[in-house]
Amino acid sequence: MATSSQAARASPGRGRSKKAVWDQLAELTDPEIPILTLEDLGILRWVRVGADRITVGIAPTYSGCPALEVIELNVVEKLKNCGYAKVKVERVLAPPWTTDWISDAGRKKLLDYGIAPPAGGSRRTLLGEDLPVACPRCASSDTAKVSEFGSTPCKASYKCNACLEPFEYFKCI
Amino acid sequence: MDRERLSEYLLRLADNALISGQQLAAWVGHGPELEEEMAMANFALDYIGQARMLYTYAGEVEGKGRSEDELAFLRDGMDFRNVLLVEQPNGDFAQTIARQFLYESWYLPLLEALAISTDRRLAEIAACAVREIRYHLRHARMWLVRLGDGTDESRQRMQTAIDLLWPCTGELFAADAIDEWAAETGLGPHPGSLRPAWDAKVGAAIEEATLKRPVSDWVARGGRRGRHTEHLGYLLAEMQFLQRAYLAANW
Ligand SMILES: [Zn+2]
Repeated sequence: MATSSQAARASPGRGRSKKAVWDQLAELTDPEIPILTLEDLGILRWVRVGADRITVGIAPTYSGCPALEVIELNVVEKLKNCGYAKVKVERVLAPPWTTDWISDAGRKKLLDYGIAPPAGGSRRTLLGEDLPVACPRCASSDTAKVSEFGSTPCKASYKCNACLEPFEYFKCI
Repeated sequence: MDRERLSEYLLRLADNALISGQQLAAWVGHGPELEEEMAMANFALDYIGQARMLYTYAGEVEGKGRSEDELAFLRDGMDFRNVLLVEQPNGDFAQTIARQFLYESWYLPLLEALAISTDRRLAEIAACAVREIRYHLRHARMWLVRLGDGTDESRQRMQTAIDLLWPCTGELFAADAIDEWAAETGLGPHPGSLRPAWDAKVGAAIEEATLKRPVSDWVARGGRRGRHTEHLGYLLAEMQFLQRAYLAANW
């Protein structure tokens, strides 16, 4: 474990600031898309530091997303390792998470990783519009949707007609 | 009294979601192509996720300390409150598509109405589910049209499936005392109010699929009172076996 957090534990009160807890959690990554942190994804909503416990608000992406339980376990473990014994994770349903919560840094990371980031805002998608998706490899917009579904609930499968590579698209909801 | 009615109302929603999820999960390993298998698996996860939130809430309201797992795995068929439509067998791919299309054409507007429920927690759960079911319905409708307006065989299979399931759709719009209470208190919409839009949208899709809308008005009902078709028993036996054989088994 990082020595800075050990130091924080040694001096009660100082390390217990909201910001210190937030910073510890912000760097945790999504188990299914490990290049994205919880902060990039926009699912870390709030942190409450009480006298004897810390409560963390996490917004689920999809209701049945299997990654959520792993994320919750990781949050509890991370804070336990930092010396916080009593940690509770609350699921925050309102306002619901949409892909609009993904940060610009997160979108850039997805693209570099080979996953096309969500195109446009969630509102247009909800109306049933499909915006063109650019290939993360060659940037061509001559792409086609192979399936609305992919290896995880949040992704769709695409192929690029220009470079002929298949790729995944983080679909907009 | 209100707690009793609220937990009953939530159980109905939860049971519909759980049975739908279990049904779709059964396609994994049997899908007609890989993409459809991924679709079914994702849909199943969405439904099971919705069921979990609803069971947890129903259990809290009920106040007898029953967890989501106890509600899902330790109740018998006659305690299940799902509508008959969702327990109808997967059959061939056309039959699953027909079931999901007919059901989700009702479930989506129901969720949209629940998203503005006077019960805040239910409204939040519904708002999450709306995003997912919108995708599901788009997918089911696309296949309905593609198979209906496809080859002679695909059209015939799609028509057979629609005809088979049609009698189970009337139950979706029938109100009992719980539904009346829910409508009066602003908890949820009156089931009858969902009918005109369902008729119009389902009718339009069936027409686009070059299929015939069944004329039979015979309605099968009883699901919400625990009177089920024989299919539910087999489904529950498979789904509940492990939890009942090894009580409190855990991952
Ligand atoms: Zn390309």
